[in-house]
Amino acid sequence: MPTITYIEFNGTSHSIEVENGLSVMEGAVNNNVPGIDADCGGSCACATCHVFVDDAWLAKCGTPDTQEKSMLGFAATAQENSRLACQITVSDALDGLVVRMPEAQH
Amino acid sequence: MNAPVNYDPSHEAWTMPLDQVDPANPARFMAGAELPYLARLRRDAPIHYTQQNTMFGPYWSICNYNDIMQVELNTQVFSSSWAHGGISVRDRPKELRIPMFIAMDPPVHDDQRKVVQPIVAPFNLAKFEALIRERTTMVLDSLPRGETFDWVEKVSIPLTTMMLASLFDFPFEDRALLSHWSDCSTMPVEANGFIKSEEHREQVFGELLAYFTKLWNERVNEPARPDLVSMLAHGEATKNMTPREYLGNLILLIVGGNDTTRNSMSGGVLFMHQNPGEFAKLRANPKLVDSAVSEIIRYQTPLAHMRRTATQDIDFNGHKIREGDKVVMWYLSANRDGTVIEDPDAFIVDRKRPRQHISFGFGIHRCVGNRLAELQLKILWEQLLARFPKVEVVGEPKRVFSSFVRGYSSLPVRIPA
Repeated sequence: MPTITYIEFNGTSHSIEVENGLSVMEGAVNNNVPGIDADCGGSCACATCHVFVDDAWLAKCGTPDTQEKSMLGFAATAQENSRLACQITVSDALDGLVVRMPEAQH
Repeated sequence: MNAPVNYDPSHEAWTMPLDQVDPANPARFMAGAELPYLARLRRDAPIHYTQQNTMFGPYWSICNYNDIMQVELNTQVFSSSWAHGGISVRDRPKELRIPMFIAMDPPVHDDQRKVVQPIVAPFNLAKFEALIRERTTMVLDSLPRGETFDWVEKVSIPLTTMMLASLFDFPFEDRALLSHWSDCSTMPVEANGFIKSEEHREQVFGELLAYFTKLWNERVNEPARPDLVSMLAHGEATKNMTPREYLGNLILLIVGGNDTTRNSMSGGVLFMHQNPGEFAKLRANPKLVDSAVSEIIRYQTPLAHMRRTATQDIDFNGHKIREGDKVVMWYLSANRDGTVIEDPDAFIVDRKRPRQHISFGFGIHRCVGNRLAELQLKILWEQLLARFPKVEVVGEPKRVFSSFVRGYSSLPVRIPA
């Protein structure tokens, strides 16, 4: 299974094996990684699974669609490399992916 | 009081013809009797059309969590625009409609929302935290022991009004005006309350606008600072608003920052009283405050619905919704949807996924102030637990005559001596 590394805002790192086909958000929530709220449960409707994707991985994670872009527009601390973790599907190509959490989910 | 829906097959809600079910009737909300009608619709007609309501005209009811999510995300077909009548089941007379960003669609909505959003960004929230704690402590310490008082009047209203005053940097000594204006904005004329007619309401709005225009004029020529008036006056997307649009956005921010948190502050006390086992759980483990707060917000659902208007004919999960139809998303019902939320009629302070509720809405119109509201409620419960063995509800709460704002005008309580 691919390994995803989640780094909390305080620097704590969690490397988790996540099954192919699950979202990066589900990988965190199912394994009790703190810092990802996922209030809407993965519908791209709340922006509380906001993560920063390490530049090396950004292209491999695909391009956000219109809905994701519009939700990210309302995230308090969005940057160029912001994504919603519920919209990134885990696959072998993402083995080793590193995502960082913002200070707070909003 | 606010007991969970106990299924009683002889209750009118379950026996009346389906096409007669009219869940938006505000009198039922005032009687605390609204839930069985939504439960009936969830079971028998989760997408339902009410032909006629004397106050609101015909409207669709969307009652399931997942259907509501679909409506929330399809902003092209399901418009929030004030020009179609806005975001509550009640239409204001056409000539009195008021633009505000919650009642706009992209792109104007997005641009205006982004102007005010930083007020609740992590940096500002951290700044507010100490202030909220200090005020909560002060309010709770001033409460009488061993005698009956109104929790709404002594706690919920003062705390939310002080918060609003800080958000607007509104003259503190005049802050009671804010909760007055909030009530005036949402109160139906039929409630027989302070607002006697739509003309009367317009007159009050005139007073509100005059007061805030003075604040705008002071701040527009000063450097921008983090208060809502200054942010609106300096924001690229808001600095050229018409007075009517300024009024609309003020009403939105006043009501949004006031009614919702106020009623959750009252509701929480009521639910803990009705569920002593859950209160005991929270008392034994104060770490549960965060999830208890989310559960209070779910269980209260302080805004019972949001409304959209169809901009075109659409086949929506087997139902023909026509252009111009009013579509009501019942958050109150989705929060009790057992296919998404386990044991939804029970109040449970340690739910597995407490944040999954729909009280803040979803999609681009999701509540801007949700994290601030949670912070206010969290501090209230932390301070309450630190001081009082319990807060007993000693009489029937009085509920508001509205199917939009789901709340309380009074809640008699007693703190043991």
